[in-house]
Amino acid sequence: MRVIGHVAVNVFKESVRDKILYNLVVFAVLLISASYLIGELTAGQDVKIIKDLGLASISIFGLLIAIFIGIGLVWKEVEKRSIYTLLPKPMRRQEFLLGKYFGLVLTLVINVAVMTLALYAVLAYMQAATPENIRASWPAPATDPAMLKAIALIVLELLLVTAIALFFSTFSSPFLSAMMTVAVWVIGHFNEDLRNYGATIASPVAATIAKGIYYFVPNFAAFDVKLQVVHAQPIPLRYLALTSFYGVTYVAFVLLAAVVIFSKRDFK
Amino acid sequence: MKVHPLAWAALVALFAAIVGLQVLQTREQPLGLPAGVSTNLLYVRAPEFARRAALSFHALAADLYWIRTVQHYGSTKLSTEANKQYDVLYPLLDLTTSLDPYFDVAYKFGSVFLAEEYPSGAGRPDQAIAILKKGLQAQPDKWELAQELGFVYYWWLGDYDDAAMWFNRAADMTKAPDWLRPLAAVTLAQGGNRTSSRTLWTEIARSADADWLRDQATFRLKQLDAMDGIDFVESIVERYRARTGTLPSSWADMIRAGLLRAVPPDPTGTPFVLDASTGRVMLDPNSSLNPLPNRERPL
Repeated sequence: MRVIGHVAVNVFKESVRDKILYNLVVFAVLLISASYLIGELTAGQDVKIIKDLGLASISIFGLLIAIFIGIGLVWKEVEKRSIYTLLPKPMRRQEFLLGKYFGLVLTLVINVAVMTLALYAVLAYMQAATPENIRASWPAPATDPAMLKAIALIVLELLLVTAIALFFSTFSSPFLSAMMTVAVWVIGHFNEDLRNYGATIASPVAATIAKGIYYFVPNFAAFDVKLQVVHAQPIPLRYLALTSFYGVTYVAFVLLAAVVIFSKRDFK
Repeated sequence: MKVHPLAWAALVALFAAIVGLQVLQTREQPLGLPAGVSTNLLYVRAPEFARRAALSFHALAADLYWIRTVQHYGSTKLSTEANKQYDVLYPLLDLTTSLDPYFDVAYKFGSVFLAEEYPSGAGRPDQAIAILKKGLQAQPDKWELAQELGFVYYWWLGDYDDAAMWFNRAADMTKAPDWLRPLAAVTLAQGGNRTSSRTLWTEIARSADADWLRDQATFRLKQLDAMDGIDFVESIVERYRARTGTLPSSWADMIRAGLLRAVPPDPTGTPFVLDASTGRVMLDPNSSLNPLPNRERPL
């Protein structure tokens, strides 16, 4: 565990050195400028739109970091040949790989936490600046704590995307890894179509294969409750628990597969 | 490598030329399209496609379409073009509400944009009804949407049976306010009258979640006050005729007769106009309250 921790901290320090956290500045500027401009364009829907924009930005910035840093975690060490100096050290390959993963997870969690604070700060300002009669028509307060449910599921989604990016990077080039990770993420939003494929084709074999893929491909659509929280729609605790358990299980599966492939990889 | 000074000069000259030519081009008359051809462009019209393409960013995509809806409505309303068209208003609202089925304001304001008479709005109460019914499919217990439906039937179509039916349906829904049931009864019994109109607009003014909608309701309430004022002044004109056997030729006649103390104004302060040949009282053509609703359509 200590070794994993050391690697993880180094990955985090490297991401700070690589100015990954600069995206926070972009996020803050985007939110603050949007909160000024959007009121003029949206017929009084500024708080809803800032919530949508904030949650979508947390997700998009996180995805970009997860994919484009995740694919380089292993590749960079191979490219710089530093892997040859690292592997002979008293460190197992799985520790190296998991350390890389948790390092990026740490970067992502800190990113999301700061962005969440910035979003709540902007919303708190908007709440304070809005007259009582307008606030009464909102489905939920601007600083509704229920938004944290959506943010928690975004974090889980990012953990899974990072694991998938790392998995592909253990055996593929960064370009291919990025393509494949994005492809899996996109396909993961069309799961519903795969499930209903049987209703549109005559072949029962094709329908069974489609259903099989439906059960196996990560269901990224399940992690998206942004729309519901913004409209103060109820999200059952059971749904949150089941989706969280699904996410964690899938992450464990992908990480284990990555460890198996990485352990068998020949670096000579 | 050192850059030749002439290259810098050429760069500046070309940049100035680009800007200058663009200025000239802007001053040119646009070639334009034949009258009646819409220039409103909408790349995506299929809501199902938009839903899929938005992946997990449905709400944000809905917001973008909503901003476009507001811009399209606002710019078309303010446009001075003779053939201005609201032709993408309904598709934009359809996309917005398909991407975010809980976007109540898109249903509520959207129905106002659609139902408002041309050229202030699209003049399509049928589409306003369609978008509100879509909203009720997504949220069957949203009384505000049922009330808006009743309002479209009441105000824009003059269909009081359907209006009363929707006010009643709204009253049956959870959290519906008390005033809906009596409004339904009055609408059914008496059709459109100023009392029920006043109730509707007063509630809209009270509960409106946007300034422009509140302003609209305040404007309609002033129109109703003006109509009350006209009725009142016409009754005084009638008294003058009963007393003198002739119609007054001007307000001055009625002031001299002691029936008025001054020229009566409408709620904006603009004096009413007296038609000396018929005894009818009307708004000054310059009054901002024109046109009054009951002159063009029943209440």
